[in-house]
Amino acid sequence: MALAVKVSSTMAWRNLWRNYRRTLIMLLAIAVGVWAMIFLTALMRGMVDDMVKQGIRALPGHVQVHAHGYRDDPSVNYCLSAPGDVLLNVLRGQQIKAWTGRVKVPAMISSEYDNRGITLLGVDDEGEIALGFDRSKVFEGRFLNGVDDQGIVIGRKLMERLETRLGKRVVVMSQGPDNDITERGFRIVGIYRAELESIEDNVVYAGIGVVQQMLGIGSDISEIAVLGFDYQSPERLVSQIRSVAPDELEVLSWLELDPYLATMMEVMNGFVLVWMVVIFLALSFGLVNTLMMAVFERVREIGLMQALGMRPSAIVFQILLESLILLSLGLLLGNLLAVATVIPLKDGIDISVVSQGMEMMGASSVLYPVLLWPDLLLANIVVIVLGILTSSLPAWHAAQYRPVEALTKA
Amino acid sequence: MASTQRQSNAVGLSFRLAWRNIWRHKRRTWLTALAMIFSNVLLVFMISLQFGSYEMMINNSLRMLSGQVQVQMDGYLDEQKMRQVIAGIDHLAGAIRQRVKGVNVAARASAFVLVSSEERSFGAQLLGVQPGHEGGVSTIPGLVKHGRYLDDTGAAEIVIGSVMARNLKVGVGDELTFLGSGRDGSFAAGVLTVVGVFHSGSQDLDRGLAEVPLGYFQEAFAMRGSGHVIALATDELDSVSATLAALGPVIAEHDGLVALDWEELMPGLKQAIQADMTSAWFMYGVLIILVAFSVLNTQLMSVLERTREFGMIMALGIRPRKLVSLVLLETLMMALLGFLIGMFLGFLVTAYYAHTGFAYPGMDEMGAKFNLPSVIYPSLGPLGLFLGPSVVLVFCVLAALYPAMKLYRLRPVEAMRSV
Repeated sequence: MALAVKVSSTMAWRNLWRNYRRTLIMLLAIAVGVWAMIFLTALMRGMVDDMVKQGIRALPGHVQVHAHGYRDDPSVNYCLSAPGDVLLNVLRGQQIKAWTGRVKVPAMISSEYDNRGITLLGVDDEGEIALGFDRSKVFEGRFLNGVDDQGIVIGRKLMERLETRLGKRVVVMSQGPDNDITERGFRIVGIYRAELESIEDNVVYAGIGVVQQMLGIGSDISEIAVLGFDYQSPERLVSQIRSVAPDELEVLSWLELDPYLATMMEVMNGFVLVWMVVIFLALSFGLVNTLMMAVFERVREIGLMQALGMRPSAIVFQILLESLILLSLGLLLGNLLAVATVIPLKDGIDISVVSQGMEMMGASSVLYPVLLWPDLLLANIVVIVLGILTSSLPAWHAAQYRPVEALTKA
Repeated sequence: MASTQRQSNAVGLSFRLAWRNIWRHKRRTWLTALAMIFSNVLLVFMISLQFGSYEMMINNSLRMLSGQVQVQMDGYLDEQKMRQVIAGIDHLAGAIRQRVKGVNVAARASAFVLVSSEERSFGAQLLGVQPGHEGGVSTIPGLVKHGRYLDDTGAAEIVIGSVMARNLKVGVGDELTFLGSGRDGSFAAGVLTVVGVFHSGSQDLDRGLAEVPLGYFQEAFAMRGSGHVIALATDELDSVSATLAALGPVIAEHDGLVALDWEELMPGLKQAIQADMTSAWFMYGVLIILVAFSVLNTQLMSVLERTREFGMIMALGIRPRKLVSLVLLETLMMALLGFLIGMFLGFLVTAYYAHTGFAYPGMDEMGAKFNLPSVIYPSLGPLGLFLGPSVVLVFCVLAALYPAMKLYRLRPVEAMRSV
């Protein structure tokens, strides 16, 4: 048996190179197809990964806790009290990397020249940084210093719109719990830059203690943001927090908080598979054609082998083996090519010419390809499995010849 | 006469020869043509779908509020300062209405304000509009679900988005107060009656937009007859450049005015389309290359297996050039087969979906981000129909060049001996 396999594979190998031009062209086609499968998937994954990361950073966190009704109507009227002992216990547990409580309310900001609608965030600076705020994004001045920092940190875009700058005073107006307009002057202590301009324009940071005092809500907060260790599976974290959170609180994962992101991930998975199958189908016509020709040229030879006692199943096996070798070589080449093109691009591809378009999709202007093992595996499985399936057609065909007819065929 | 007769005979002969040659290997020819048909159907459908969704994206985004062209002060688009005003905006809008044909024109002024009801306060964009003209540019007047749209240019009335109405807990007939700053930096405030609530489907607008009559706006914000934007809407996207050309002399009479088309107004939209286009063309490119490989292989086989035959023909005095054109003609025939059948089937598939609409799971959420409905209709046009298949055709014939050129190097005697 082992000998038969060895003989068959030697023959398959030699057969492949009898018409080396044809084999090389097919090999090249498979390699290009596999390269395109993996390369495009890596780019798309990179884009969606980036969108998810940006989304999670903007939320922030993998899981958030709100009062029921807040998400529909994000006002100061839907607050929750600072976490109690039971909840705190869970939040300080092993599963959780970081958590923070924040006040998040709509507000108006005015400089002496202009005013804008904004989202006012009352934050604990350390908690905010632990949840992903990058201190180095503050390119002028500094980030907040403690919960009672009297200053305010705004985005670059908002600064331009308000015609203000570091050290100037601005007035922030918002609504207190009894619909009294509360307002307070702040000195700008820092200007930050963000990947997305819409964030620079909209999000303003102030110390949580100061904001609570301004709004008159004591120690209440709008939300608790929780960061776990793995963004792909926040479900356990959600159920853990949900089990100890009071009933009037709503505990949701980022997948539920941002349905666009969640859908994007799913659509991407579907797209990857469709793309791979389409590329394979485009390849398959050439593959069948090549094998069909190889069989056609060797009709007499096949007849002779059959006359000498080779069974039809052995002939099928022979042809499939040739196809398998061809596919494997093509795959090897395609994988190498894909890895070789992705690695030099790992520092990102600058796509800032369409940055505002990418912003609409929620992605930033540098694209980092992401090569995932499952994607690589999927591409290889699709090619091998479907490849063998389509090759069985010409292989079966080869086994149908009757020895005498085949031998006498010109 | 005789020579043209002979020539046309020769052409007829080439055609017949080529036609017969491609059917010598029926199965191979069909497989190669199938590869083309497969990619052509896919290309026709995908390209039409792309065009359809871009059209919808552009139209939905522009018709809602911005219009296809806007006249503004230079710099207003980026900075949106209260003081970057067009003086005598009613007058200028009237002049444009008179001198530029085939467009709807609406003047606007805009400010960010804090809107408060009895219970709530929110920041919002307040737009001063000309009640009689706004409907020609924006679909929002038609999207009023409760109450009515504005009708009097001086009235203290306001129309707000549905989410804002819910958040402010107000309905038609309730009063709102607003707080902002005027053109000169002075304090601007007033009391308005809600006369209508619109529902546009766009979260941003429904949550953050409110409209008041322009006359009232100008009073309240000390605008002294000025405004910020004149929005123009044409019936067809194609007439944007004509509109811009006609606008040129009108706005040249005023210092510092610029006319911006939708690509400048919404660069994000244009770029989102560009980014999508780029990735789509990468995919199409790969598909086309794979089909070309398939043709290359087939034609290489077909040339190699006829080495003896070609050697013999050349020995009889036929020049290689003739044989090269024969092989190319064969390829062209095969490619035309793929072209016609592929385009026809592609047309059928596209026409079907153009009728019923096309949707895939997750389109709801994705579409909302780009002002797209949850079902998109491919746009069936000659460009979408011809573009893909034509490129495939060209590449397939190009792919046959390599095997065809081999014939120039054929030596008749050697060739006749080969097996």
